[in-house]
Amino acid sequence: MAYTTNANLVLRLQFWRAWLTLGALLVLFLALIGRAVYLQGYQKDFLREQGEARYYRVIKLEANRGTITDRNGNPLAISTPVQSIWASPSDMEPLHASQLALLSKALSVPLEELTRKLADTKRDFVYLKRQMNPDAAQRVLELRIPGIFKQTEYRRYYPAGEHMAHVIGYTDIDNKGQEGLELTRESMLAGKAGSRHVIRDRHGYIVEDVTGVEQPKDGQTLTLSIDQNIQYLAYRELKKAVEENGAKAGGIVVLDAKTGEVLALANMPSYNPNTRAKLDPARKRNRALTDVYEPGSTMKPFTAAAAIESGKFTPLTVINTAPGSMTIGPNTVHDAHPHGALTVEQVIQVSSNVGASKMALSLEREYLWEFFDSVGFGTPPHSGFPGETPGRLRPWKSWRPIEQATMSYGHGISVSLMQIARAYMIFATDGEIRPITFQKLVAPQPGRRVISAETAQALRKMLEMATQPGGTARKAQIVGYRVGGKTGTSHKLDGGSYVNKYVSSFVGMAPISDPRLIVAVMIDEPSAGKHFGGAVAAPVFSQVVAGSLRMLGVPPDAPTQNILLPEPDVPEIKEET
Amino acid sequence: MIKRILARIASPVDGWLLFFTLIIFSVSMVLLFSASNQSTEKLVNKSTFLAIGLIAMWVVANISPQTLGRLALPGYILGMCLLIAVAGFGDIVNGARRWLNLGITRIQPSELMKIAVPLVLAWFFSLYEANIKARHYFAAAIMIAMPAILVLKQPDLGTALLISAAGFYILFFAGLSWRIIGLLALIGAIGIYIVMDWDRCTQLFHDFQCRRIEVLKNPMDDPLGAGYHTIQGTIAIGSGGVFGKGWLKGTQTHLDFIPERTTDFIFAVYSEEFGLMGNLVLLILYLLVIGRAFIITSSASTLFGRLLAGSITLTLSTYVFVNMGMVSGILPIVGVPLPLMSYGGTSMLSIMICIGLLMSIQRHRKLMKS
Repeated sequence: MAYTTNANLVLRLQFWRAWLTLGALLVLFLALIGRAVYLQGYQKDFLREQGEARYYRVIKLEANRGTITDRNGNPLAISTPVQSIWASPSDMEPLHASQLALLSKALSVPLEELTRKLADTKRDFVYLKRQMNPDAAQRVLELRIPGIFKQTEYRRYYPAGEHMAHVIGYTDIDNKGQEGLELTRESMLAGKAGSRHVIRDRHGYIVEDVTGVEQPKDGQTLTLSIDQNIQYLAYRELKKAVEENGAKAGGIVVLDAKTGEVLALANMPSYNPNTRAKLDPARKRNRALTDVYEPGSTMKPFTAAAAIESGKFTPLTVINTAPGSMTIGPNTVHDAHPHGALTVEQVIQVSSNVGASKMALSLEREYLWEFFDSVGFGTPPHSGFPGETPGRLRPWKSWRPIEQATMSYGHGISVSLMQIARAYMIFATDGEIRPITFQKLVAPQPGRRVISAETAQALRKMLEMATQPGGTARKAQIVGYRVGGKTGTSHKLDGGSYVNKYVSSFVGMAPISDPRLIVAVMIDEPSAGKHFGGAVAAPVFSQVVAGSLRMLGVPPDAPTQNILLPEPDVPEIKEET
Repeated sequence: MIKRILARIASPVDGWLLFFTLIIFSVSMVLLFSASNQSTEKLVNKSTFLAIGLIAMWVVANISPQTLGRLALPGYILGMCLLIAVAGFGDIVNGARRWLNLGITRIQPSELMKIAVPLVLAWFFSLYEANIKARHYFAAAIMIAMPAILVLKQPDLGTALLISAAGFYILFFAGLSWRIIGLLALIGAIGIYIVMDWDRCTQLFHDFQCRRIEVLKNPMDDPLGAGYHTIQGTIAIGSGGVFGKGWLKGTQTHLDFIPERTTDFIFAVYSEEFGLMGNLVLLILYLLVIGRAFIITSSASTLFGRLLAGSITLTLSTYVFVNMGMVSGILPIVGVPLPLMSYGGTSMLSIMICIGLLMSIQRHRKLMKS
């Protein structure tokens, strides 16, 4: 036992060390417990949130946007399902160069763009490519890259293209209406997106739904009052006229005279809503509703109607328009061709400014203002379209006599093409005016009487006379139907004074015996020689009305050859106001 | 007859140690069922590992410490040869040369060294029991350094540190001077100072090793790369709360957010499903095993036994601490399994051999005394 002392020493030493170690161990274990208390007690909520942020997702389920159709059910705006590919960079592990290359090819997105999008690892949603066709999207998913997903979206397609662009408008890439009826009827068309609350695993696969799936509510179908065939015809004729006359712009409105429904509305220039990459904003303007112009002689029928309704005139009251001009204070009103004594009917037929001015000046300012107001001038037509102009009708108290006179033949007053088309409804419907609408009506809305049926019939007769020999709008006539209408040719205002630029217009209706259609045509700045409304705008009216009446199956009211040509030696009547 | 066979089987076994071990194992089976997404295959495999481990434990427990002492040096030399072989022509897996292909199976010689190093050092010091001099510590240090450097070069910093630690515990119990310990502590402190700074760290270590330190300081710097493990570990543990989300209900686990969830990160699964209370229970179970090992250490009758048992006790504690520490985000990520809980044959086998060693020391203490 020689080693005992030494061994005991070692033993004691060891025990001392052993207890020390045991103590150290306990300290370390306490540190572990401390950490656990910190994480599981103090930081629990934060860490739970962090966990949830990694597995909990809300997935949007797109609603199918409602279809827009014309009055006969032809689709004008339809949504087709497409796939958008998106990624969640915050959940993704960095991709290999080979994976990136494959992905770039499958998406046909440049490599740099792809790398840049995926580099933002703080985001958990970034579109890689939107609106791919389903087959191409499937090929991307077949690469089986974790963190890359598809989402069904709908792409809007407009079969009627530029023919209908201004009426329908268009949606942006997120399917939100941006222009036209797509914008104003957004709530009806959009429907309501649904959602899924899901738990996803690390690789992005959906494991389960947390709550019930909230199904998307698809948008409703919007049936328009537009008749696609009439619209095509109207656009085609307008485009032809604008091009032939070298005009800057143009517009056409076709109304159902009995209901106020808009059967066609077209503007030039137009655009293709399916490809809007480099779109000049000027092309997007729905000029017929948003732009004003001075209507010129197309105003005269209202002056005549107001005069007859006042009781001071009858259609056959004679007005002396000699010597073809009339001085009011420092100003003078001129007729293009001097006439002598004219009846009210003839004033309209030959479009005499002096005659119209004399009628207007014999009426009270307030009465005339009320009359103009009652047919909708100075008030937006409330067609349910964005950016409608109210036109410009100054309050009667500020009218000077010369203004009262010029307004009678459409100067010093501004209207939109839609306003004037609607106002002509009082002649077409035996005196009643109705609201206009772009939506197909089941039953016509109640009208508001503005003039008596007799006055309306008298005016219709005058309008028909204007299209016959001795009138200004012979070119408005069509085979098989009697038509009526009024030309307008107004100088354009430029910087406060009238210049040698014109707006040529024609507003008319057919068949005149029981009008079914009202058509208003406006050609802005024709520059190819002709500028009279009878020569520029009336032929458009004629083409559109002839085609439309046949398409609508309206029975002819003049079945035989009814085109009346003037005697060869009689000069053609032209108006210039 | 059967009674005698049972008695023979039971004779080398330390009842308490086996009991605590099996309780932890049972907990681990329940947990593995959840962590593996209810894979019975893994449960069967793990049971097989346990069975093999139990046999190994029993065999080792039957070997007397003297025989263990005689096997120590050959075992160490074999281990060194294998490590050199690995350095020469080992297989590269995940960028590190750790595995040696023996034709039949692949082995990781560094695992063997975790046992061989303390064994040989305990044997070495017991040779000079009565008269341990400074040069003996120096020789022992070299015996630690040789395998540690080879493992470090693989590179496997975690295992190198664990081998060094197992060896150092022997030196510590063999009475290493406090001055030396103080010096080592100073070196350690300098080491920590170095690795805490990226620029300093990369001059000594691999980039990927330094990154683990960096992300420990701020895991959100690289949430999908180096910081991923730490972030997911702390999220899982924290979202367990005080009472846990319940068995099979851990979202982070079952949605595959926790990496290595049946092996190194199984503690995160446990914490998420059983909460703070479960953690306390598990820590107490480990403390019971460690406590029992400590009693065996202190009642060992030879220096060899005390040194070996002491080293094993501290090594087990180290594993538990390092694993839980890294999963809960207070230590950098090193590949250390949680003893008995983590899925894996090698780890299970080496733990059971360690327990067998403890049992051998416990059983033969009286025989040695006479």
